[in-house]
Amino acid sequence: MSENNLQSQLTEVYNDLQSSLNGSASEAYNQRRIAAIDSFNKLGFPTTKHEEWKYSNVKNLVKGAYNLSAKKSLQSEGLKSLEIPGLEGIILYFVNGYFQEELSDLSLAEGKISIQTFQEAQSNNPEILNKHFSKYSKDSEEAFTALNTAVANDGVVVNVEANATIEHPIILRMITDVTQENVASNIRNLVVVGENAEVKIAEIFRTLGEHSSFVNTVTEIVVAKSARADYYKIQDDNNSSYHVGTTNVYQEDKSYFYAATITLNGGFTRNNLNLDLNGEYLESFMYGLYIPNEKQHVDNHTVADHRKPNSVSNELYKGVLMDKSTGVFNGKIFVRQEAQQTNAYQNCRNVITSDSATMNTKPQLEIWADDVKCSHGATTGMLNDEAIFYMQSRGIPKEEAIKMQLLAFADDVVSQIKIETIREYLTEIIHEKLG
Amino acid sequence: MLKISNLHASIEDKEILRGINLEVKPGEVHAIMGPNGSGKSTLASVLAGREDYEITEGSVDFMNKDLLDLAPEERAAEGIFLAFQYPVEIPGVNTINFLKTAINQIKKYRGEEPMNAASFLKLMKEKAKLVKIDDQLLRRSLNEGFSGGEKKRNEIFQMAMLEPVLGLLDETDSGLDIDALRIVADGVNQLKNKDRSFVVITHYQRLLDYIVPDYVHVLYKGRIVKSGTKDLALELEEKGYDWITESIDANETVA
Repeated sequence: MSENNLQSQLTEVYNDLQSSLNGSASEAYNQRRIAAIDSFNKLGFPTTKHEEWKYSNVKNLVKGAYNLSAKKSLQSEGLKSLEIPGLEGIILYFVNGYFQEELSDLSLAEGKISIQTFQEAQSNNPEILNKHFSKYSKDSEEAFTALNTAVANDGVVVNVEANATIEHPIILRMITDVTQENVASNIRNLVVVGENAEVKIAEIFRTLGEHSSFVNTVTEIVVAKSARADYYKIQDDNNSSYHVGTTNVYQEDKSYFYAATITLNGGFTRNNLNLDLNGEYLESFMYGLYIPNEKQHVDNHTVADHRKPNSVSNELYKGVLMDKSTGVFNGKIFVRQEAQQTNAYQNCRNVITSDSATMNTKPQLEIWADDVKCSHGATTGMLNDEAIFYMQSRGIPKEEAIKMQLLAFADDVVSQIKIETIREYLTEIIHEKLG
Repeated sequence: MLKISNLHASIEDKEILRGINLEVKPGEVHAIMGPNGSGKSTLASVLAGREDYEITEGSVDFMNKDLLDLAPEERAAEGIFLAFQYPVEIPGVNTINFLKTAINQIKKYRGEEPMNAASFLKLMKEKAKLVKIDDQLLRRSLNEGFSGGEKKRNEIFQMAMLEPVLGLLDETDSGLDIDALRIVADGVNQLKNKDRSFVVITHYQRLLDYIVPDYVHVLYKGRIVKSGTKDLALELEEKGYDWITESIDANETVA
C-alpha cells in the first residue's frame, strides 16, 4: 500500500469515526464498515492499470490535500442561484457532506414515508441499516465504494412503506463549498421502496467557488416487488472538481426503475450505475447525457445484471464532447443462464465537436441464456457536414445549424426527463453550454 | 438577375467547371441538361455555396451582388434556394421548427421583424396545400424515414415557404414516379411568376414536359456546349447526347 496524503487523512477520519461510536459499534452494519476499511486499504486508489479505470486517472486527486471535515452552514440567499426554478419537493440540503436542517424543507413529505439522515438512522433505526446498508455494494472490489462504506459521514435514509405513493420528489441538494479551500466529502444514501410503493428521488450536485472538491457518493436503492422508483442525478460542478459516484440498485419482481444521469459540468466525473436485476417481469431504464467542454472528463460505467427470466432493460446514453474534453462509456449487460426471455438493449451515441476531444466506448455483453434479445451499439462521430450545409442553404447560419443539431441530439435524452421543471431547466442550461 | 461569367471550379485539384457562362433574367426558366458527370450538380452546389469546391476563376453576379463572396446562409437570405438531389435527414429537427428558424434568420438578415406564430401557421397551411404535403409529415424529423417522393415534395414545400428569387432544382425528378413528378412540377409552376426564376437541372427530358423551360442548355465537361429553346430538350430525348459530345471530344483530341 502506497502512503499518500489523502489516504492517510482518510484513515484518520475512519479511526475518529470508530472511536466515537458507543453502543452501535457492534451493529451488523458497522461490522461492514470495519470490513470495508480493510478492503479499501488492500485495494488502494485505482490506477490506470486497473481495467475499470483505464481511461480515468485519479492520480492528481490522490496527491491532493482536502479538508475532510469542512463543516459549514451556508445562508440560503447564497444558494438561491443554484436552485432549479419552480422545482417543488421534499428538499434536503447537504453542504460539504453535512446535513443542513435550516435550509431543508420536509413539509411535503406526506404519507407512509420516513426520511432520516444517515446519522439519525445510525442512532434511531440501525435495523434498516443492518438489513440493507452496503448489501448491494461491492466493497471488496471497488475502492471508492469501500472507502465510502467505511468513512461516510452523512446522507439520507429513506424508507417508503408498502403501497405508498409519494407524490413529491425527494430532492437532495449536495453543495460543496470550495470558496476557501479544497473540500472532500463522503455521502451515503439508502432508499428502500416497499412493495407496490412509488417514489422519485433527485440528487443534484453543485460546487460553490473555484477550489478543488472530492465528492465520493454511494446511493443504494432497493425496489421491492411491484414498486417503482425514478432516480435523477444531475451534476453541475466546477472544473477542479472530482466526483466519484456509485448508485447500486436492487430490483425485485415486476418492479420498475428509471435513471437519468445528466452531467452538465465537472472537472472529473465518474458515475457507476449498477443494476442488480433480481426479479421476473421487471423493467429498467437508464438514460444518460454528458456535454463536457474545456478539459472536463466524464466517465459512465453501467451494469445491467439480469438474473431472472422475462425482464427488460433499456439504456440510452448520449454525449457531446467539445474542446479538449474526454469521455468514457463502459456498459455491461449480463444475462445469467436462468434469465431466459430477457430483453436487454444498450445504445451509446456520441458527437465530437473538436479534433482535440476524445471518447472511449466499450460495450460488453455476456450472455449465458440462449433465448434472449439483446443489442448494443456505440458510435462516436462528428456532425454531418452535409446536414450543416443543408441547413445553411435554407438561411440558417452555420453556428446556429450546429447548435440546432446538437440540441436535437441531446433532446433524445432530455425529452425522457419526466419532471417538467427539471426538463426545462436542463434544456436551458444545455442551450447555453452548446451555444 | 443571375450572371455567371467564365466560372471555373475544382474539387481536390480536379477541375469540374471549366468556364461557365449563363445569364438568367427575372421570370425565366432555364433547363440545364447533360450526361452524367458533366458538372450539372457541381454548378448547383457552387451557386448555393457548398464549401467543398474551390472557385479558381470567373464571377457570379446575383441581384448586383458578388454571390461568391457570400456564405450559403447569406445566399439563401438574398433569395437563392437549392432543392437538393439528395435531401439530407436531420434527426430531431422537425420541418416546422426548421422552417420557422430559417424564415426568421432570413428576416433577421434582411433587418425585418420575425414572423409571429399565427402568420407562420397560416403561411404553412397555404403552402402545404400547394404541394399536397401531409401535415403529419411536417411534424416529423426533417426527411427522416421519408420516401423519395416525400423528400422531394418537402423540398418544394420549403421552397414555397422561403419564396426565393431564384430556385435551383438539382435533379428533382430523380427517383420520382409519374404522380410524384406531377405534384412536384405543379408546385413549381404555381411558384413561377414574372420576378421569380428557375434553373432546372435534369438528366432527362421527362420533367420538362411539366416544367416548360424558356431555354435549354447542354452542359458537358464543365462547359455549356449548346443552348436552345425547349425544342432542344426534345431533340436530346430523341437523339441522346452523343451527337453533341462526339464533336467536342473530337476537337479536344485534336487540340
